[in-house]
Amino acid sequence: MATKHTLTFVLMDAPFESARTTTAFRLLHAALDRGYDVNVFAYEGAVALAFAKQAQHPNAVHGRDVAQEDHPLSKNWIAALMAHARTRGADLNWVNCGLCVDERGVGEAIEGARRGSPADCWKMAQQSNAMLVIPTK
Amino acid sequence: MKVLQIVETAYRATTEEQDDTVIWISHAMRGAGAELGVLLAGNAVNYVAGDQDASGLTLGAWRQTQPPVLAQDIAALMHKDVPVYCVKEDLADRGLLECKLLEGIVLMSRAQMPRLFGEYDQVWRW
Repeated sequence: MATKHTLTFVLMDAPFESARTTTAFRLLHAALDRGYDVNVFAYEGAVALAFAKQAQHPNAVHGRDVAQEDHPLSKNWIAALMAHARTRGADLNWVNCGLCVDERGVGEAIEGARRGSPADCWKMAQQSNAMLVIPTK
Repeated sequence: MKVLQIVETAYRATTEEQDDTVIWISHAMRGAGAELGVLLAGNAVNYVAGDQDASGLTLGAWRQTQPPVLAQDIAALMHKDVPVYCVKEDLADRGLLECKLLEGIVLMSRAQMPRLFGEYDQVWRW
């Protein structure tokens, strides 16, 4: 058992599909805020959360241009949480399921998000105080 | 062709999209000339609660600047002559009948829904 608190989360939902994604990110933020080390294993559609080519867009329905719309991008949320972790003396270890990445062609992940396998997930779970799976529905 | 959009799954990525994607596509299709109606059922009846506030999300240093304002989006849809219906029993189940609701929403009972469906050529359930 680790001496420092470490939590592992498994996420499954693709970005822009479910309120569970925002909730999951808020949980990550809260854990990092308390100085916990956090592992994330992004599985299935969740591997796209860290896709580097996500792009903001204008929104004619809202009547806003790109800058005004300031559309959230999950890759930016991950980057923000990684920066936040550093300020709290914590680690955010983000691992994408490699085969899930290949299936979806989203191999270009932001810096800090690495490719892994279910074996990494198992290892992270073993080394954590607790693990929470947030599956897709 | 007239289409009734039934929105039952609520708050589906509304924070990320800064709107409800079905309400959004209804706006976009209305702009393209579609004749639509919207029926809010299940948890989506909460969209007509006027006092909801989704602002304030922060993740690290990231701050959301344009949080979703779903009641406003529904109101804007009605201004585009899209009638918006809401299931009265679903509001009652959630204690929302006494809340400040959007003006112009048509409350209807489940028993009235078959007649509503008959007024449309197609019914799309999201």
